Amino acid sequence: MAHLENLVLCRESQVSTLQSLFGERHHFSFPSIFIYGHTASGKTYVTQTLLKTLELPHVFVNCVECFTLRLLLEQILNKLNHLSSSEDACPTHITCETFNDFVRLFKQVTKAESLKDQTVYIVLDKAEYLRDMEANLLPGFLRLQELTDRNVTVILLSEIVWEKFRPNTGCFEPFVLYFPDYSIGNLQKILSHDHPPEYSADFYAAYINILLGVFYTVCRDLKELRHLAVLNFPKYCEPVVKGEASERDTRKLWRNVEPHLKKAMQTVYLREISSSQWEKIQKDDTDPGQLKGLSAYTHVELPYYSKFILIAAYLASYNPARTDKRFFLKHHGKIKKTNFLKKHEKTSNHLLGPKPFPLDRLLAILYSIVDSRVAATANIFSQCLRCWVSDLQRPHGAPCSAECFLSCRRTFLPTAFLELPLITSLVTLQLLTLVGHDDQLDGPKYKCTVSLDFIRAIARTVNFDIIKYLYDFL
Amino acid sequence: MMPKECDGPGVRMGILEPRQMTGDCFFSSGQGICSGFQFVEMSSRKLKSNNLKHSECLSQVQRILRERFCHQSLHSNLFGVQVQYKHLIELLKRTAIYGESNSVLIIGPRGSGKTMLINHALKELMEVEEVSENVLQVHLNGLLQINDNIALKEITRQLNLENVVGDKVFGSFAENLSFLLEALKKGDRTSSCPVIFILDEFDLFAHHKNQTLLYNLFDISQSAQTPVAVVGLTCRLCLSEDRSVREVLQKHFNVSKNLRSLHMLLMLALNRVTSSHPFMTAADLMEANQLCSMDSKANIVHGLSVLEICLIIAMKHLNDIYEEEPFNFQMVYNEFQKFVQRKAHSVYNFEKPVVMKAFEHLQQLELIRPMERTSVNAQREYQLMKLLLDSTQIMNALQKYPNCPTDVRQWATSSLSWL
Repeated sequence: MAHLENLVLCRESQVSTLQSLFGERHHFSFPSIFIYGHTASGKTYVTQTLLKTLELPHVFVNCVECFTLRLLLEQILNKLNHLSSSEDACPTHITCETFNDFVRLFKQVTKAESLKDQTVYIVLDKAEYLRDMEANLLPGFLRLQELTDRNVTVILLSEIVWEKFRPNTGCFEPFVLYFPDYSIGNLQKILSHDHPPEYSADFYAAYINILLGVFYTVCRDLKELRHLAVLNFPKYCEPVVKGEASERDTRKLWRNVEPHLKKAMQTVYLREISSSQWEKIQKDDTDPGQLKGLSAYTHVELPYYSKFILIAAYLASYNPARTDKRFFLKHHGKIKKTNFLKKHEKTSNHLLGPKPFPLDRLLAILYSIVDSRVAATANIFSQCLRCWVSDLQRPHGAPCSAECFLSCRRTFLPTAFLELPLITSLVTLQLLTLVGHDDQLDGPKYKCTVSLDFIRAIARTVNFDIIKYLYDFL
Repeated sequence: MMPKECDGPGVRMGILEPRQMTGDCFFSSGQGICSGFQFVEMSSRKLKSNNLKHSECLSQVQRILRERFCHQSLHSNLFGVQVQYKHLIELLKRTAIYGESNSVLIIGPRGSGKTMLINHALKELMEVEEVSENVLQVHLNGLLQINDNIALKEITRQLNLENVVGDKVFGSFAENLSFLLEALKKGDRTSSCPVIFILDEFDLFAHHKNQTLLYNLFDISQSAQTPVAVVGLTCRLCLSEDRSVREVLQKHFNVSKNLRSLHMLLMLALNRVTSSHPFMTAADLMEANQLCSMDSKANIVHGLSVLEICLIIAMKHLNDIYEEEPFNFQMVYNEFQKFVQRKAHSVYNFEKPVVMKAFEHLQQLELIRPMERTSVNAQREYQLMKLLLDSTQIMNALQKYPNCPTDVRQWATSSLSWL
């Protein structure tokens, strides 16, 4: 079928396999066919194109849209009803709640004249979602031909391999067909196919070559590559349009577009900025280095004291508690280095993730690093229980230093009403998270959920060398 | 996986087990189908060479064979289940003709011929004069009637009792149940129509709440009321999963003693038959065998990008060093960095978010799996994961990976555990 070959590139073998499976219109085919392959390997496109071109009666449903059973079953029945009814008659909407009703109604709908002697195809795209629906649905669809006693074939399309679909007690095994990934030659051929008419095919092919050179090791998804190809082509053509280079000047064109593509990998490919923002940048010819992606640090402008709270939280999360003395006490005396530096690479805290810490430890570290930078009034309302108990001459509520807490590690009763609302707002911004329940007896525990790069940027803005205080970087 | 014990009144149940498919049945069944082609050859020689008739002939053959392979239409040969068949038909005749109540459970692995057996028996039963007018059949399937409510409505519908109008069954569950039991209780051995209940995927019925339906069915079959036969069909998991025309069939038989998989193999070979290629050859069967025995996970790994392959190799090394303990993205990234900084020439040092996107793609393909459900508060980089490929699978897939850079391949074989 020459017409089909023009529509579907690089998939001749799969098209012929499917065609021979279908056979003639009235022939029976496999009750169920399972087609799997990477995303953008042409499963949906080939199946749809083939069924449409051969004009076989079919229903196409995407399982992502059908989050309830009813949506799925009613879609299939109503689409079939539309197929079988004539153009003028408006068929009544069929309702269906259970799979049992579906089988019964399906038998009725397929009695129609136009559907009687041919194979009806039901195509379920993104079939992996069927596994999460009712347990009888997947085995039921696989046997639909037997349950309804009609000439119907169910085609399942998915990225996930068949072994992950099979129910525990077994089921009717479908025919499994694999759609291989496109080789780099195939990708080149398909991408070069949609070159704009103003430029020659060779010019566009050279561009695709450069694009694949940058992106192929990272991504082989045809949809992503096509998107990137369309977005970045104006930049490639720019020297030609401006008259600075001819179409054959590949070296110059390459030098112009390659850094642009590398920048695209860090922004548009990651969806840090939208495609319209990217196009605007190209048109205005601004420097892509000024792009502010979604996760840019500069978006978060914290108050001065909050930055210190965040830094203290990061230190509390990533330093083990036993090391606090060494980092935060002014006079920690001699600490044996050998015991201290006992670490394997795996237990590096930066690999395992942040650990929770109690509020008092956060405040102690905070006061120790803030110390001379913020007015002493910030410390005023903290109290060490030991000092309060043993030194009864000290008036109740008199300030006690964080040093005391860090060295004696007794219960610390902070009444830090200045810091608490700041901490709460950091939790709202999701820079800190609350761990465990609110009503825990020993007070709330927090965890710092920012990355090292982020906290270094913050620390830089307040001239704090955080690396000096991190255990993992000793 | 046996169906849950049915705790009803003492049930006298016969159990039929189609024998495990033996080699002879397999081969004779397969060869019988293949020899169908010889008939085509004979008849086409007799006709004057007429292209139209030839392709029509082929079309007919395709149609018949497809019906047999795909639609499991009945043909007269029963291989290997004659004993069970005789037993079953005896039992059904006793219910249908002499009014005796009975129950049977047919157990066998998937594709061993249970449905075919009962369909055959029913067909033969209906050919008897006095039976076809009297006996009622109710066909239930555990996949369709997922609870007793639906099952009850279906029985009422199929028996066409008075509370059915068109397709709709009126009344609540309790009303329907009492109505059905009334209808069945009113009868006696001599004057009422026997009913045969066929319950496919019987084990699913045993999971219904309180097993109300099964309890009542078996109860009726025991007491002196309308003669009722209850036939259950259930699969039993097959334990034998190990992994030239006779050689291919033998190999296939060694892999799966399942008639359905044989049908699939033959169907694949049948697909190659066209008017330009009218006879199935050994080569067709070989190619069909190839298609059947592909390793699907290896296929998926074949289509990954180089960066994703590097991540899988990093995970493999982590598994080797730390003995299959779960890892998180940060650890994998760390391993990857070590490779890129020390050994790689062809792999560029990608930014962390780009590597994260590749990692998430692997998760989407279900090649790696989180140990527990993602909570909202947890950072993605620190979530613990497990790799669902083993070392041999990875190494085999790497062999076939197209244009694999040499340094990546070398890294796979020797880890960088010298720190």
